[in-house]
Formats: sequence, structure tokens, C-alpha cells
Amino acid sequence: MRHLLSTADLSHQDALSILDTAEEMSAVSSREVKKLPTLRGRTVVNLFYEDSTRTRVSFEAAAKRLSADVVNFSAKGSSVSKGESLKDTVQTLEAMGADAVVIRHSASGAAAQLAASDWTEAAVVNAGDGTHEHPTQALLDALTLRRDWSAAHAAGSPRGTDLAGMKVLIVGDVLHSRVARSNIWLLRTLGAEVSLAAPATLLPQSVSSWPVTVHYSLDDALAEGPDAVMMLRVQAERMGGAFFPHAAEYTRRWGLTDERLEVVETLTLGDTGKPAVILHPGPMNRGVEISAAAADSDQSRITDQVAHGVSVRMAVLHLLLTGGHDA
Amino acid sequence: MPDSYLIAGARPYGEEPTDLLIADGVIAAVGEQARSRAAQLEGITQVDAAGQIALPGMVDLHTHLREPGREDAETVETGTRAAAKGGFTAVHAMANSFPAADSAGVVEQVRRLGQEAGWAEVHPVGAVTVGLEGKQLAELGAMASSEAQVRMFSDDGHCVADAQLMRRALEYVKSFGGFIAQHAQDPSLTSWGTSSAAQMNEGEVSAILGLPGWPSVAEEAIIARDVLLADYVGSRVHICHVSTKGSVEIIRWAKERGVSVTAEVTPHHLMLTDELVRSYDPVYKVNPPLRTEADVQALREGLADGTLDVIGTDHAPHPTQAKECEWQQAAMGMTGLETALSGVQHAMVETGLIGWRRFAEITSERPAAIGGHADQGRPLDAGEPAHLILVDADARRTVNPEEHATKGRNSPFRGIELPGRVTATFLGGHPTMLHGELASSRTGRTA
Ligand SMILES: [Zn+2]
Repeated sequence: MRHLLSTADLSHQDALSILDTAEEMSAVSSREVKKLPTLRGRTVVNLFYEDSTRTRVSFEAAAKRLSADVVNFSAKGSSVSKGESLKDTVQTLEAMGADAVVIRHSASGAAAQLAASDWTEAAVVNAGDGTHEHPTQALLDALTLRRDWSAAHAAGSPRGTDLAGMKVLIVGDVLHSRVARSNIWLLRTLGAEVSLAAPATLLPQSVSSWPVTVHYSLDDALAEGPDAVMMLRVQAERMGGAFFPHAAEYTRRWGLTDERLEVVETLTLGDTGKPAVILHPGPMNRGVEISAAAADSDQSRITDQVAHGVSVRMAVLHLLLTGGHDA
Repeated sequence: MPDSYLIAGARPYGEEPTDLLIADGVIAAVGEQARSRAAQLEGITQVDAAGQIALPGMVDLHTHLREPGREDAETVETGTRAAAKGGFTAVHAMANSFPAADSAGVVEQVRRLGQEAGWAEVHPVGAVTVGLEGKQLAELGAMASSEAQVRMFSDDGHCVADAQLMRRALEYVKSFGGFIAQHAQDPSLTSWGTSSAAQMNEGEVSAILGLPGWPSVAEEAIIARDVLLADYVGSRVHICHVSTKGSVEIIRWAKERGVSVTAEVTPHHLMLTDELVRSYDPVYKVNPPLRTEADVQALREGLADGTLDVIGTDHAPHPTQAKECEWQQAAMGMTGLETALSGVQHAMVETGLIGWRRFAEITSERPAAIGGHADQGRPLDAGEPAHLILVDADARRTVNPEEHATKGRNSPFRGIELPGRVTATFLGGHPTMLHGELASSRTGRTA
């Protein structure tokens, strides 16, 4: 792997290698001295064209735990009309000696364009591009799911295992969600079955060509007995208007409400008897797509997801910049 | 430069080799006669065209020359040099300049610039509405009666979306034999909320790439509406750059019904699909967007069977920085004048769908007739105006936009090997291009 641009082009082996490395990194994070010397002398640039403190801080923590130098570059709102192009900005960073560029951008494909260009030699990590992909989010979700899935099946360690047979339900605004896209491709690669529940207005018109089962009713989808329920954030600017009538109706039909939480409480991980899990990429609209009780329930893995983000990003930077496991 | 040429051994329309004598701006003689009359003329230039195909000069109904206002992208001079190099003897300059060509003053300016340049006839297209804003009719009559004698009106780049306004425009231009060329795109189906406009064909690829989709129904719904309107008011409508299978079906239905509708297709829509967008390379960003393989096949069939009338290049040059950026910020459009012949040869002739006779119809005769230019698109017969080109159909070349005469480098065919090469272009008997190189313009300008 030279870059991490999407999960669509991640092989089963690459995905497992990242997850397994993330487990090792996770062990580092629980040590007293949370630092490895692996990337000493290397420079990681966080190039953020779109605000996301959560993701930036997670990448920054990951790079620092690997002893890399970190440059945070906020280039919000850049466009040709405003003067400096992506090309100009990246060439400036290149002159500063970036070994890896972690890019967050509102334009789909920006990370791929950067990687394909001759503007930089650096490894490119996609930290979310428009409505395309957010691969590290999907990887941290997979790490989270794998822990529960393998523990329920009494495996000693999750290392080396995938998600074969796991049924994951993704709920909400799939159309605009880079998290959903990255998750669908990665979960399929890891052997999970994926179903979606959303109004048709929030699904791609060509969703029938995707390797997923589609439900237009969350209750029907829950009745299929998924092992994990992943709620997507409903973006405030999409509430009301043409995608669905209003937030209350959305909540009634597609929200993980207290009533639906009771259904989720009866779900188990396969036939192991261990409880099914709830995920959300955050930040949450409590009371809209997920109730407070659901977010805070024992089945919720939302805070674990955040912690796993650092481990996964350490693994990605490590693998891209050292090309192996020789930490 | 002498103004008499004996073109020796060319094959008109790809048929048997013969000689053509060009003198005094016309095809003076063809065959035996050409050689015997040439022998009597002083200072004649012989052009060895053995094996080459002679065709009437191509006529483009859809060219963006960018001047006035966007001379950084193209000028009438550079755009018509590209036209000459590509084998075009006449182009229609779309109205989306700055200011827009929505008044007699602007269309006369464009016409004058074209005449002064002398590389190709330039026929300005008038805007349908003031500032291409789709609100108020532009001064259509004044443009029609101006020296530019505008007959073709289009807000191209924008759709005349308001049905009542479209109806009025269709009715109004009837009084001076004009027609409306529609950029068929229902804007309410291609805007994605407040933040973003459609970026590519809506389908499997857009769903994976996370780029807002431009659904084919947005084009088809407008075409269906406009052919009904044209039928209802008894006027003539032309559909720009048809891009979908459904559009071809609607136009076929309309023609069977007797509606006065004509349609064009671009070389790039005959060749390229939205799979290319997976690269996120903005060189593939164009409006209407590249569609699917099924659409490409339907367009080729529609062009072969006459449902689609003509090739329009939609030549849309942009400065490099408008394309060397994030896809969503990149400008839409591709250059087309200098690759059109090769593209159509590749997509239509080499596939056996059409021969060179039909090629001449779709690139020259029909567009000249639609545009109302009796002097262009004429047969290669004695006494006809000498607007013609020579083509080395056996040549193959790898497209290199750096070698193009247009200012635009945004060719989707960069690095692709295509067949065919225009080796000479005669504009009214004057060679604007000879031996594969630009020569001089009719007004003596050199490249
Ligand atoms: Zn157009």
C-alpha cells in the first residue's frame, strides 16, 4: 500500500493487516509511556480543508504516538476562485518535507487526485472526502465490531480473524455518507453481510447494484436480527425540505428510539447469546437519529469507536511510512 | 500564394480517385476536365492527395469561442485556427460569452472578429434570454436583422427551463425563420440542495464516487416537453448535445410524428463513458456528462439511422487552472474541434455504422442546412464553393493537446491513439491548412 484512499480498493489481506497492526498499537496506547519511536524524523501533515476537530486530533495523536513531527494545516474554503489551488498548497507542503499528507476535503475525490498527481511524493491518507469515503472511520468501526464478534465466539485474540457471517445494519443518510460507503465496501471485504435501512430519498438511485439488502422500514430491518446496528448522522442541513418531511417524522420512522432500543436489546451476536452492538460515527444528534438511552446503553460502542480511531490511524501511518510490521 | 490548386488523386467521399481543380474560390472542375484546364492555368499549385479522402468542409453548430470576455480561455482567432486545423470551414459561436451575445452589438462584434481572422466562417448564436438568465427574451429580432443575421438562438450552458418562456421563444423566432437550440437540462433535477450542483452522470459510478448525479431524466424530460411545444406552436427546435438513450428514443418518436426537431451529438459522447470519472480527472468533466455504455451505443445507432442529425463539437476550452483542481471545483467542458474528425471516424466509420457519404451529411451538409448557410455543406461538384477538406483516413496519431491550435489543453483524448488526420482545409478556395499544417487565413494571418 502506498496510499489509503478508499476501502473499495483495500484487499482482504490489507484490511486484516491494518486491523492486526491496530491491535498492536492499541496495546501501546494502554502503556504508561504511550509512544513508539517508529516515525521519528518523519513529518505528517494534517491538511484539513474542512473542519473536523475530532478527526484531526485523532490523526495528530496517532502521529505523535509514533514520534512523528506533525504539521496542522487548515486550508478551509480553498478554491480556484479564492486563489490558492490544492496543487499550490500541496507543493508548499511538499517543500516542507511531508512524508505523509492526511487530507480532509469537502470535494469527493480530492485525496485520489492528490495521490494520482505529481504534486507530491508523500503517502496520502484520505481523512474524508466529500460524500465519497472515510476509510479510517470504517476501519475503526471494523476494529470495534471485530472485538465483540471474536470475543463472543470465544477466540483468544481478534487478530487474524475477519467478520465472516456477521450481519451489520446501516441506518440513515447513506446517500450523503462517506462513512456508509467506506463501511459497506470494507464490511463486505471482511465477509460481513450488510443491510441498509433508509428512505429512498437518502439512498443512491442505483443502490440495487450494491452488494447489500435494502429496507425502507427500520422495523423490518431490525426484525431480520442484525448483529450490529450502525446509525448514521443526519446532517442538520438535510433535515426538512425534500429528503424527508421533518425531523420528527424521520425519528419516528428511522430513528433508534427507546422503543426500538427494546428490540435491539433482544438481538444477539450470532447464536452466542452475547448482546448485539450499536455504533455511531459521531457527532450524534441525540433525540434525532438516536435516543440518549440508546447512545448510552451497554450495547453502545460509541466511546470505544473514538479510542479505536487512534489505534487504527497509528496502524495506517505506520504501514504506509514503514511499509511493514518491523516496529 | 497562388489561388489555383489542382488536387490530384483525392477520393471524394472515399470513392474513386479523381482530380479537383480549385480556382477563384470555387471547385472549377472535377475529373479529366480538372487536369486539362489546370494545364492552361499559370501559377497553379498541385496538391498530391493520392489516397486521401476529399470531403466538404465541416460545419460546427456548437463551438465556444469565449470572446468577448474570456480571452484567457480562447479568442475568435485561436478558436477558428483550431477549427481550420480540425477541418471546419464554418462554426457557430455559442452565446455564453461575457457579456453574453444577447444583443445586436455583441453578435456583430463576434462576426466581425471572425471575418477579420479569416480562418473559418463565424456565425454567432444569439442568446434566447437576457444574460442567459432564463427570465426575459433577448432582442432576438434585432440580432436576426443585424449584420450577423442570427438564426440560431441558444442559452447553451443553461437550459431555457421555464416552459412558458420556451413557448414564447419558439413562437417569436418563427417570424424570421429562426430556431431555438436547447441545452436540455431541467435545473431542478440537477441541483443537489443548496450546496452542490450535479457533477457527473447519475448511476452506479456516481453512487460509488460520491459525486452528485446528473440523471438522464433531467435531459429527457426537457426534450419531451420541447418537442411537444415545438409541435404545438409549429416551430423548429434543435436539441444540443444529446447524451442519453432515452433522449434518442424521444427524438425518434417526435420525428415519426412529424415534429420539426433536429438534434446533435458530440464526438465525446459517442466514445467515452462515465467509467472514466473513476479517475477523478476533471478532463472528463463535461455537461451533459459522460454517460454509460448503453447510452453510447444508442447514440451511435441514432446517428447512423438519422434520428440524430449532426455532430456538434461543444468545443469548450478552459485555462489549465480551471481543470487542474478538485473535480467539484473544475469547469465543465472539453476541447473538440481538432479531434472531431478522428472521433467520428473511430466511433462511426471504423465500426461500419456509416460511410463517408453519411459522414459528410452529419458533419457538413446537415449542419449547414440547419444553420441556414446555403454556401456551406455543398457537394464536391464543379461550380460549387470550394469549402473542402482532405483527410488521410489511414493515418493514426496519438493526441497531444500541446500541439493544438486552441488555447484549451482540456482534451479527453490526451495520449489516446485515434485514426484519421485532416491534411488540408480550403475555405472558399483558400487553403487555411495545407500538408497538415496551418497555412494562412483568408485575410492573410498566419498562425
Ligand atoms: Zn450545452
